[in-house]
Amino acid sequence: MKERLEALRTEALAMLEQVQDVQQLNDLRIKYLGKKGALTEILRGMGSLSAEERPVIGQVANVVRDSIEGRLQELQEAFIREETERKLQAETIDVTLPGRPMARGSVHPLSKVTQELEDIFIGMGYQVAEGPEVEQDYYNFEALNLPKDHPARDMQDSFYITEELLMRTQTSPVQVRTMELMNGKPVKVVCPGRVYRRDDDDATHSFMFHQIEGLVIDRNIRMSDLKGTLLQFVKEMFGSHMQIRLRPSFFPFTEPSVEVDVTCVQCKGNGCRMCKQTGWLEILGCGMVHPKVLEMGGYDPEEYSGFAFGMGIERIALLKYGIDDIRHFYTNDVRFLQQFDRM
Amino acid sequence: MNVSYQWLSQYIDVSGVSADELAERITRAGIEIDVVQNRNQGLDHIVVGYVVSREKHPDADKLNVCKVDVGAEEHVQIVCGAANVDAGQHVPVAQIGAVMPGGMKIKRAKLRGVESQGMICSAKELGLNDKLLPKHMQEGILVLPSDLTIGTLIADVLDLNDHVMEFDLTPNRSDCLSMIGAAYEVGAILNRPVALPTTSVEETGEAASEKIRVNISAGHACSLYTARYVKGVKVGQSPLWLQNRLLAAGVRPINNIVDVTNFVMLEYGQPLHAFDAAQIAGSSIDVRMAREGETLVTLDGQERKLEPHMLVIADAEKAIALAGVMGGENSEVTESTVDIVLESAKFDGGIVRKTSRQLGLRSEASLRFEKSVNLEHVVPAIDRAAELIRTIAGGTVASGVVQQQVGTHERKVVRLSLEKTNRMLGTSLTAVEVQSILERLVFDVKSVEEGVFEVTVPSRRGDITLDVDLIEEVARLFGYDNIPTTPIEGATTPGSLTKSQRVRRAIRRLLTDGGLHEALTYSFTHPEETKLFPALAGNAKPIALAMPMSEDRSVLRTSLIPSLLDVATHNRNRKQEDVHLFEMSSLYLTEESELTKQPEEKLVLAVLLTGNRQQAQWNVKPEAVDFFDLKGIVDSVVSYLGLSGRVRYEANRPVGYHPGRSASLYLKTNDGEQLLGTLGQIHPDLQRSKDLADTFVAELEIEALVAQADFTIEYKTLPRFPSVERDLAIVMDRQAEMGRILDQATAAADSWLESIRVFDVYTGDRIASDKKSVAISLVYRHPERTFTDEEITEIHGRVIAAIEAEGAELRK
Repeated sequence: MKERLEALRTEALAMLEQVQDVQQLNDLRIKYLGKKGALTEILRGMGSLSAEERPVIGQVANVVRDSIEGRLQELQEAFIREETERKLQAETIDVTLPGRPMARGSVHPLSKVTQELEDIFIGMGYQVAEGPEVEQDYYNFEALNLPKDHPARDMQDSFYITEELLMRTQTSPVQVRTMELMNGKPVKVVCPGRVYRRDDDDATHSFMFHQIEGLVIDRNIRMSDLKGTLLQFVKEMFGSHMQIRLRPSFFPFTEPSVEVDVTCVQCKGNGCRMCKQTGWLEILGCGMVHPKVLEMGGYDPEEYSGFAFGMGIERIALLKYGIDDIRHFYTNDVRFLQQFDRM
Repeated sequence: MNVSYQWLSQYIDVSGVSADELAERITRAGIEIDVVQNRNQGLDHIVVGYVVSREKHPDADKLNVCKVDVGAEEHVQIVCGAANVDAGQHVPVAQIGAVMPGGMKIKRAKLRGVESQGMICSAKELGLNDKLLPKHMQEGILVLPSDLTIGTLIADVLDLNDHVMEFDLTPNRSDCLSMIGAAYEVGAILNRPVALPTTSVEETGEAASEKIRVNISAGHACSLYTARYVKGVKVGQSPLWLQNRLLAAGVRPINNIVDVTNFVMLEYGQPLHAFDAAQIAGSSIDVRMAREGETLVTLDGQERKLEPHMLVIADAEKAIALAGVMGGENSEVTESTVDIVLESAKFDGGIVRKTSRQLGLRSEASLRFEKSVNLEHVVPAIDRAAELIRTIAGGTVASGVVQQQVGTHERKVVRLSLEKTNRMLGTSLTAVEVQSILERLVFDVKSVEEGVFEVTVPSRRGDITLDVDLIEEVARLFGYDNIPTTPIEGATTPGSLTKSQRVRRAIRRLLTDGGLHEALTYSFTHPEETKLFPALAGNAKPIALAMPMSEDRSVLRTSLIPSLLDVATHNRNRKQEDVHLFEMSSLYLTEESELTKQPEEKLVLAVLLTGNRQQAQWNVKPEAVDFFDLKGIVDSVVSYLGLSGRVRYEANRPVGYHPGRSASLYLKTNDGEQLLGTLGQIHPDLQRSKDLADTFVAELEIEALVAQADFTIEYKTLPRFPSVERDLAIVMDRQAEMGRILDQATAAADSWLESIRVFDVYTGDRIASDKKSVAISLVYRHPERTFTDEEITEIHGRVIAAIEAEGAELRK
């Protein structure tokens, strides 16, 4: 019997080595280890064995079963591994194909720059004020020390609607309106918005454009504070390496008046085509609020002083993004807009 | 103003400071100089030559063979193509080795077999501005005066070893519209003294007042009028030095009389005019306003219709000049003029400005009068001109200046406090420093008490009237860069946005995150475009600009939609067919036909969708946008602002839209509801005319949203009891509105309905052609317990009854 068991083992193990798939494996399991299988068949003869032989043969039978069973198990696992492997292989995708895109729009570059500017000044304690685009001559000119027939009105040809109403040529009338609103209290505002000047459109001119102005009025506001404010602003806007340079200039509503150059954003001051080799770019005008403007706004110029500054948003955007033609801002070509879909 | 460095050095010592360096320092002190032009562009080997002989070239009709004396031992032979070259002329000769201003190298050459050892030059070839040259200098070679020394460098002869600084003047610095003014500015910057020209006029016996009388009738328009009489002049070409000065300044030489008046205008900033004395009727000059219907032919040959607000110079009979703007042809100085009357005056800037603008006549003279001339220069300028004319054009100057003055003239005295100066600037300047800066400007400074000055401002600086004007002078000469940089002192306030500004930012963020691009378009449009989408404009009339630049941009817009349609068309024409845009800008609305007050500026949000929802790719199918994409965007905006359930859509065929695919949107408020905007597909006719595919637009009023927007978020406990879900298929008329059924179903279910959702809409073969089938899913939930079957049956039954009451049937 022992010999039969050993022979069974040899045969079964040999058969197992021939197995090709799980089906054959299961067939062999039934054939050798099933309820009606070969091993059971042999062990049926156990009854005829002596009491001494029975445990010995039983042990042999267990060894044979374990060894067949073990091999079966090993092969079974190998088949599962293979099967999994095949499945994974079949499921493999080309991860380099493009993903399904999320919809992504874009903030208009002029809005983007405006928001950035607003946020910088909000961080410095400013409110954001707005005002009408169809403005009274008084607010646009007269209250800014530009009486009718003032030669400086030549500087900005305007779109009039009637004798007294025009498209504002600057955001400065919002300053005057803010002064009236604050009624003698300190002022700290920035005023962004659209402005209009009669100008033939070309790569650097547009009859409609955007400005942002700032106005600070309080007791003891000094020109040195204006310098400090602007330096902080350009560093936050363009980076900590930025420097400013002030040049005397003329605006009817400020005295002294200042033209401000900043380190060229392209060459960082080394000189390039953009800055005409000077290392500087002119980006804003400013000055100490003219006493007549303070007076008309209801502030005593002997007690209060203030500074004002203003800049063109298009100019900042052109510089910041290296855009070559101001008309792109108003044509809204999708291929242009899409480029501003990032932080 | 073009300021010649060489000419400037006549009035101030600029030695040791190059033109470039000077330009930089002037710029940093307040007058921008963008361009410094070197007038010598390569004239090293060009000298004055004398044409000894000229012969025809043996083999070329148009060429001449000249022997030229250039001061060397031997004459050179030059082949010259100019028609005007001739023996006996003094001419500029470029010798072998010269590199011309254009970059051309002069080499030994053979022209048609004849050797040429240089080139006889035209004015243009020397780098002179062609446009400024008189006609006889523009054609052919430049013929020089015969008194020049042969062999002299041409750069010396023509004063071309010079730099011209282009002063870009701000309107307040008209004092620098003169060489003397520029000299004062440079003097202040370099701290060097200014030397003015000294003029003593050689007068001859006869009194000028015997020859010409002067009267000012229009005293408000002319505060000083002076005249001089010069007898027996010979009109002709100006000497070279005078022509050189004018060319350097960019002024065209004309004749000796006009050139002198221009020279003195450039020197003193005082425009002058010369009349032919023989043409002045009655030997009298009246400064008066023009008469109704009066005309004058100006020097440019044009007849001008004068108006009573224009100031004229008139003789006893007629107008002979438009004061400060242009002379009259009837009194022009010509070659036959013998006696002249010179005019130097101060005319009112505003009147000159108005006249010159109205007639489109802007000149160097009108420019200076507009900005106000220096009263104290009126007489020195006329003296200078009379004496120059006498020496250049011959003639005798009659004694005295004939003049009339209106009112008196006093120099302005301004008080300046040292304390205020330092307080305004944030500096700590001393009294001595401030005084010395002002004295560099040749201002008269008196210290009247500790820290207080009385400053007498010279009349050339009409821009200085207040102490802050002096503070600016101190600051700019002290140097803006030397002013410290400080933070604002005192309490700081927190900055913030208004609610409206925050709402606009929220909308911008929502829409861009949702895939839309923000556009910005022009506020001006064509009048016809304002009629297309009138919903938000109501009865508004388009506001017209007084002087538009084109009809396409002649009125203020009353809707953003036409602008966005143009953007879509622009993109479609460039093969960008999927366009998803929005804009937030203002409409300008008024019901007045003549604007008497500011219009309402209504902020609106406009959205445009056309083309496909997303760009097709291997895993995204191209799907065209439809009405419900647009409605979904509008709904998102509304719910993002906390206004879900507060809006109502009504298919009431708003103007401009496809009548079956559009709606108006109403916002419920405390006192009823208001129109919020419109949305839908644009009318197919408009679509065609704009060359667009199916295009969907919406326009909503922003301030209405702002007023109602609610940012509060209130947490609701998560459900603890299970919900019950029931689906229904409803068959209803195709024309009937599902929105109404949803409302009725919701109302019927009381608060037990947690959600109601449409998950399918079917029209087609399987149901009647005038019907649609809509599948909805309802979720019921009790917050405190589980519903029993009986309760659900009862509630759901109510819902079904409500649906059936609307004329719909349940699909079996």
